[in-house]
Amino acid sequence: MTDTDKNAAWEPRIVAFLCNWCSYAGADSAGVGRMQYPASVRVIRVPCAGRINPFFILSAFRRGADGVLVSGCHPGDCHYISGNLGARRKFALLGRLLGHLGLEEGRLHFTWVSASEGVRFAEVIETVTAKVRELGPARRSAGGGR
Amino acid sequence: MNGAGLSSRIAETAARLLSEGRAEVVIGFEQGSIPMRATPCLITDPADAGRLIWNAFCSNNLARYLVPGRKSAIVAKGCDSRAIVELVKERRLKREDVVVIGVPCRGMADPSAIARRFPGICVSSVDETDGMLTLYGGPEPVSVPVSEVLHASCRLCAARNPVICDIPLGDPVVENDPGFPDVEAFAALPADERRARVEAEMSKCLRCYACRNACPLCTCESCFADSSQPQWVARGTHPEDVLAFHVMRAMHLAGRCVECGACVRACPTGVDLSIFNRRLAADVAELFGSRAGLDENAPQPLAAYSMDDSQDFILDPGRKPE
Ligand code: SF4
Ligand code: SF4
Repeated sequence: MTDTDKNAAWEPRIVAFLCNWCSYAGADSAGVGRMQYPASVRVIRVPCAGRINPFFILSAFRRGADGVLVSGCHPGDCHYISGNLGARRKFALLGRLLGHLGLEEGRLHFTWVSASEGVRFAEVIETVTAKVRELGPARRSAGGGR
Repeated sequence: MNGAGLSSRIAETAARLLSEGRAEVVIGFEQGSIPMRATPCLITDPADAGRLIWNAFCSNNLARYLVPGRKSAIVAKGCDSRAIVELVKERRLKREDVVVIGVPCRGMADPSAIARRFPGICVSSVDETDGMLTLYGGPEPVSVPVSEVLHASCRLCAARNPVICDIPLGDPVVENDPGFPDVEAFAALPADERRARVEAEMSKCLRCYACRNACPLCTCESCFADSSQPQWVARGTHPEDVLAFHVMRAMHLAGRCVECGACVRACPTGVDLSIFNRRLAADVAELFGSRAGLDENAPQPLAAYSMDDSQDFILDPGRKPE
């Protein structure tokens, strides 16, 4: 079996942080619309993209995630007006920093999904799952305090 | 002006500020207990002002020693002044509580670089004239220009002259911001090599927190690294904990780090934290057009946002890849 075949049979574990007002509702509409998407995601609902501490993302990787997806409301649509805009700056820096350190390349993804975008939600999950599947299981070092 | 002239002018200024009651304390440097070291010192009695010195080893960031609510005068080179700018912006300090004695800086000498340059010499004393160091302790005295043994952060310095200043001492120096060649060089390495370098650096870390304690911008009363509920990072030196500590600390300093290199100099094991902090500084400059401590009136980049911020990193499955 080649690596690619092995990865095709393997189901990645992807932690998705979804904001309550848009992306979580978007996931709901994907469900209500009976859309098919990979069962790779474990959803964690947060009040706003702005609630996401970079540490949440690091913790997810640390505790065994093969990929992390962060999704909030489109710019301009934030329930709290600008939570996602502040978060966007933080995410841009964190993504670049981890890439620079040679960590989790291609495993961390950010997007916006609105409450009505069930189709987009399904597409996002498909895309992220495919990207992470290609990379294979994340490298872990065992142990540590948390 | 050379170091000796500046030392006495700093001492005179300090004595005057203290006796006039303009400051309760003057924060400066005194001779360290070993050669090639200057150590931060707090002068409260004008009679002690003569202890103050200025030379090529005054590398600590003295802004670390400013205490809110205490009228302080501080001897500040470029990076100290940048830290003060940030602290005032964050309302950790009131500008009117600080008298900035501004000293233009030609860069500080790194004792480790000197040791590498002259292996086998155990320096017993050092003279400094016009940017030239003469080191005694070997069979013959040896000389080296300060500019050839600078700390890495000083080679890359963007602001040698104080950004804010109440009492200027010494002649301004020419600015020569080299940008981020260190970041570019590291980024050019393959990802595996970068990861290996980072892991090698992290493996040296003892979690002693000297980096955090030397940092002028690590001003939190309680640090995430000390929190046990929740315990964000376990104590100890498991590689994952060490890495999480440093990534998080770097993120806390994003847009605030004044790139003084105090963390790197404080580290007992030589962990190169500039890999983290300089990358963030470069990205903050590129993405948000902002550099910590250079502009008193600019908003803090991570406390601000714009509708037009770049979002080319946002995944958009509908968009065709370029
Ligand atoms: S590492 Fe973060 S929490 Fe700790 S003192 Fe520095 S800024 Fe504060
Ligand atoms: S000073 Fe060095 S050894 Fe100590 S915690 Fe910081 S990086 Fe680790």
